[in-house]
Amino acid sequence: MSKKALEIKELKREFKMGSETVRALKGITFDVEPGEFVTIMGSSGSGKTTLLNILGCLDKPTIGDYFLDGVDIKKLNRDELAQLRNHKIGFVFQSYNLLARTSALENVELPLLYNKGISVSERRERAMHALEAVKLENRFDHMPNQLSGGQQQRVAIARALVNQPVMILADEATGNLDSRTSYEIMALMQELNSTQGKTIVFVTHEPDIAAFSSRTIQLRDGIVQKDTKNENPKSAKEMLAALPVTDDYKI
Amino acid sequence: MNFSNLFRIAYRALLRNKLRAFLTMLGIIIGVASVIAMVAIGQGSKQSIHDQLSSMGTNMLTVQPASNLNGGVRIAGTSFQTLTSKDIDALKNHPQYITELSPSVSSKGQAINGALNWPTTMTGVSPEYLDIRKLSVKDGIPFTQNDVLTSAKVCLIGQTVIDNIFPNGENPIGKIIRFGHIPFQIIGVLSPKGFNTFGQDQDDILIAPYTTVQKRILATIYYSNIYASAASEDVTDLAVTEMTNKLRASHRLRDSEDNDFTVRTQQELIATLSSTSGLLTVLLTVVASISLVIGGIGIMNIMYVSVTERTKEIGLRMSIGARGKDILLQFLMEAILISITGGVIGVLLGFLSTQIVTMTLGWPTIISQSSVVLSFVVCAVTGIFFGYYPAQKASRLDPIEALRYE
Repeated sequence: MSKKALEIKELKREFKMGSETVRALKGITFDVEPGEFVTIMGSSGSGKTTLLNILGCLDKPTIGDYFLDGVDIKKLNRDELAQLRNHKIGFVFQSYNLLARTSALENVELPLLYNKGISVSERRERAMHALEAVKLENRFDHMPNQLSGGQQQRVAIARALVNQPVMILADEATGNLDSRTSYEIMALMQELNSTQGKTIVFVTHEPDIAAFSSRTIQLRDGIVQKDTKNENPKSAKEMLAALPVTDDYKI
Repeated sequence: MNFSNLFRIAYRALLRNKLRAFLTMLGIIIGVASVIAMVAIGQGSKQSIHDQLSSMGTNMLTVQPASNLNGGVRIAGTSFQTLTSKDIDALKNHPQYITELSPSVSSKGQAINGALNWPTTMTGVSPEYLDIRKLSVKDGIPFTQNDVLTSAKVCLIGQTVIDNIFPNGENPIGKIIRFGHIPFQIIGVLSPKGFNTFGQDQDDILIAPYTTVQKRILATIYYSNIYASAASEDVTDLAVTEMTNKLRASHRLRDSEDNDFTVRTQQELIATLSSTSGLLTVLLTVVASISLVIGGIGIMNIMYVSVTERTKEIGLRMSIGARGKDILLQFLMEAILISITGGVIGVLLGFLSTQIVTMTLGWPTIISQSSVVLSFVVCAVTGIFFGYYPAQKASRLDPIEALRYE
């Protein structure tokens, strides 16, 4: 059996709010195999965000284990977690979080600046490849405010890809986009998943986004309510083609 | 994270907000520029005050015969005759802190030009005397060592004497006047010095070689005074000690015996000089430190605001792998870049404004290297010092909170 992309065992997370203890996650167990496209769904209050923070190594579980690519994150300190995020996780946020007044290329280079082992030329080359992978090869010098929302999100995806992470962790990555652009982003995600074998964990509350993934984990009140394999994920590319042609804007 | 990455991150972050970076720099720029300009103006005026005071001869030393007890009666020093050419030779022997020496003898008498006469003093000195007393010859030439050797009957004439015996404005140079019975040729006119602090007219004077006065007028081998210059006013005390020791040896005084001479310095002038420059230094230091602190607070202020404003950016950097240390170093590096750039611009501006002050107001200015180096270094250090606290605050942000910050 190959190494799991991530393993979660009996994971609990509690917050102390004054004298009360809030139990956001009440014991969650699941694994993700390399190359899976998992969506984590849940309404607000389900513990989705807490789980995302832990999956993203921004937070540690109170009780339980989390192994990311075989690394036990409980044993790591703040700085080591930062290194781990740098090497193994690519974040994609709802609000893109690109640095303003910074070109697409420099935004994509950013994670590599925190990676010691990368030379200047390699950094540039990898950033350019990542932007080519998200089909923005002629937008290198554009500032975020010169790009559409979908393009900005694709820059963010390129930034997530550039360090060749074990997992891409997307947090409502289509939340700020219209449905056409959402499909485009999902088509890109599916392509990365199928052609490059990237493991993708996609946190969302939109059921139609979940339909594009190969597996859906439904959270409710801090526990896994449902964990279903989706044998026939919809193709975002086909959905996109099926959409009526509009002239809202052209890519 | 290596240095070039750190530099690149900080540099790009500054470029992203040029106006903010410039505003932060402004404090440093003004701080450095004002320190340089203030110190330049201060040094300039200090130098000009110094020059003025020096023109009064702050480093001048005088030796007089001392008062003495003679059979229970105190006798005024000036009536003693103890200073001779032997003393001059002794003082000239390997001088350490003394640069120039001149004996002096003087005689009161009438300066006579035809029908006109004027009571004045003829002082006999060596050519060095002009330097020691900061006198200069306005017209004509000073006498030479050769005139001293030949006891030449030549003299320099002061303005007051000219006014009285050449009332019609004729050129006195080359004219023969008499002092008492002796004819003297006037070879130079002294630049006027005016009255001294005791109300004595310093221009009411004739100056001749001391040998001439000694041999032709007074018929004496003694000097009434010896004038000397110390190398600078800072070593005046050392020069006094040197002269005292040499003169005691020359006079063969035993250890138990008192000096039979006194060495006087221009203490009052020296005190004025040092208190003036001391005051200026204090004033400038105060102004400079205020500017620098304001510059530093400017940096701290903007960096602090900038941490809050850039919370989300910090959160993003942390989520993609920046450690607390990286964030700390980034903000510190930004502070250093701002301080150093501001320091360089400030130095240039300081030079420029100093030039402008000199050209428009005509104030003397001296840009001292130490003020440039010091203000630059202090600014850089304050920048780092005041940049550290906001940087530390940034590095301790929780990435989760920072990412959600709006």
